[in-house]
Amino acid sequence: MASDVLPNSVDTDIGPGLDKAPTGVRGLDQITGGGIPRGRVTLVAGSAGTGKTLLGLEFLVGGIREQGEPGVLVTFEESAAKVSANVRSLGFDLDALQRDGLLAVLSFQVDPAEIVATGEFDFEPLFLILGDAIARVGAQRIVLDTVEVLFGAFGDDSTVRGEIGRLARWLEDRGVTAIVTGERAGKMLTRHGIEEFVSDCVIVLDQRVREEIATRHLQVIKYRGSAHGTNEYPFLISARGFTVLPVTSMGLDYHVSEERIPTGIARLDHMLGGGLFRGSTGLVTGMAGTGKTSLGAYLVDAACSRGEQAVLALYEESPEQVLRNMRSIGLDLRRWVDAGLLRVWASRPSAYGLETHLAELAQLVDEVTPSVTVLDGITGLTHGASAPAVTSMVSRQLGLLKDRGITTLATGLSDGAETSTVSVSSMVDTWLQLRNTEQGGERNRLLSVLKSRGTAHSNQAREFVLSDQGIELVDVYVGAEGVLTGSARMGQEAATRDAEVRQADGLNRHRRELRRSIAEREAHLAAVQDQLSAEQAEIDQLDRRERHQVADSRADRMAMGRQRWADAAPGDRGQRDDGGQRTDGGQR
Amino acid sequence: MSQPLRGDDGTGNAADSDGTWDLRLYVTDRSPKCLRAIENLRRACEEHLAGRYRIEVVDLLEDPRLGAGDQILAVPTVVRKLPSPMRKIVGDLSDTDRLLVGLDLRPPRPTAT
Repeated sequence: MASDVLPNSVDTDIGPGLDKAPTGVRGLDQITGGGIPRGRVTLVAGSAGTGKTLLGLEFLVGGIREQGEPGVLVTFEESAAKVSANVRSLGFDLDALQRDGLLAVLSFQVDPAEIVATGEFDFEPLFLILGDAIARVGAQRIVLDTVEVLFGAFGDDSTVRGEIGRLARWLEDRGVTAIVTGERAGKMLTRHGIEEFVSDCVIVLDQRVREEIATRHLQVIKYRGSAHGTNEYPFLISARGFTVLPVTSMGLDYHVSEERIPTGIARLDHMLGGGLFRGSTGLVTGMAGTGKTSLGAYLVDAACSRGEQAVLALYEESPEQVLRNMRSIGLDLRRWVDAGLLRVWASRPSAYGLETHLAELAQLVDEVTPSVTVLDGITGLTHGASAPAVTSMVSRQLGLLKDRGITTLATGLSDGAETSTVSVSSMVDTWLQLRNTEQGGERNRLLSVLKSRGTAHSNQAREFVLSDQGIELVDVYVGAEGVLTGSARMGQEAATRDAEVRQADGLNRHRRELRRSIAEREAHLAAVQDQLSAEQAEIDQLDRRERHQVADSRADRMAMGRQRWADAAPGDRGQRDDGGQRTDGGQR
Repeated sequence: MSQPLRGDDGTGNAADSDGTWDLRLYVTDRSPKCLRAIENLRRACEEHLAGRYRIEVVDLLEDPRLGAGDQILAVPTVVRKLPSPMRKIVGDLSDTDRLLVGLDLRPPRPTAT
């Protein structure tokens, strides 16, 4: 739990020696860097019904259970039995703690109607009985709720004031850590100004009604010697008690998992590089009717299919309606509900204040311990509250789930731009956007991954097709006419196929023509080759004939020469073996 | 512990029904305020309730829890146990008028009614 982890990281204690007593109130110890000043008096001021008494009781019970510090409760407003009964539903058994000697409860009814004041008095009996109770249980903590009722009852308020001041010092002398509660009145911190006796720590509780929905806030307005969160922190009073929700407590030290969990849509997993990281936070935004809930339902369905627990929190629709609608896209969530794996929980935004929504969610996830939680329709919460308040609440919801290592997908309306009405996009790990495109008289859905931390993810939009077969992601047609979806995509795909066929036909024709041409040219080439060969042959023949003629004519001449005993003809000199003879003979 | 200061008549069980004023005065030790209160109460009773009252003085210093039943926060406090309804008169009882009003021995103010 956050409160176990965070005091170290948030502790901004500037007084190194300042000893703090953890209050045991979830969240408060984080704001105060470890608790309220030990051995000092802390004032908790607030108007009626803001939870002052409960804060005090948590402080006492937390001290007993977690710190081993017994305590004393002094109540001036309700009987001990009534206080005990009031907190039994929170799991505080004050009677048992009293039997075990860890708690003393003193109650005093101060009824001005039965008191007549005449003359000097003091509160010595109160001191005596407190001293006795402190000694009896070995108390280290004490809560006085609300000492202000003493004013007006004894006639002489200056004596009462003096006695309360004396009581504060007396408690500090005993080293007990005390909480005194005071009633706020108008601009006064407390009706009777008892803050003047409390110099160390003042906490103010406040309840505001906005848009007819109550929201509680806690603020530490003074903490001597210590840094502290000065904001107004929302707090809840739920069946789990008093919980302060410091926004800063969304520590950044949560466990980080490398494990991917499937979204239930294989192609989406692929787009995200394998699915969502376990324990990460996802956001799906989109206009109305873009299929956000369906996407969430798939994630839940996938988790339950793996045998994991899941929570589907609905802020806009009823469980029955969502179960029916999901059945229409082929998703049977009811079987998971029946199997006890899925908890579908609906909360009307206008039913409670934001803090209550948060508290109920916290309670639910602590009870179910889901691995996956889908918050469907977070923007619906803005019906009852201002957008910043919802943003703050949703971030705390997401933080709370993240702290617990729960994979979360929140869905919300967006106005079409890459923004979310509830601006939590900066704190989510994965942001999917669903978009409607209108083309050719029909609306189609596009899904794109706007961000996915730690993941190489697809930058291309997919068409998100919802049918009774479920969700299908289809590649969009990106062409000269832009991104096409739906019928236009199908038309374009058909047109493309046609064009391809046509193109193929053309190519074949051209190919055939070329082949024919080649064949023709080859034939032609062969003919030319034949002609060349014939001509060459003729040349050869001519050569041969010439040589024969020369040889014949020489033989004829020689024959004639021999006939006539003629000298060798000048042209025959080279033919003779003996050159000398021939030269001589030539000169002769 | 407690000690009856004076219980002239009707100290027994029948005291409740026969009009006896049953008063209990809580004090802490013998502080000046408390001593004054004892003195003031006794004087008033003698004056207005002679023979019809009983005063029990309880010292909370001896056992602080003795005051728990009567929800005693301040001293001195006189608790009128009887006649009912129970009334508490806080202070040293120096204002006799208010003491008598508190004890229902005198109407609040003649002019007030």
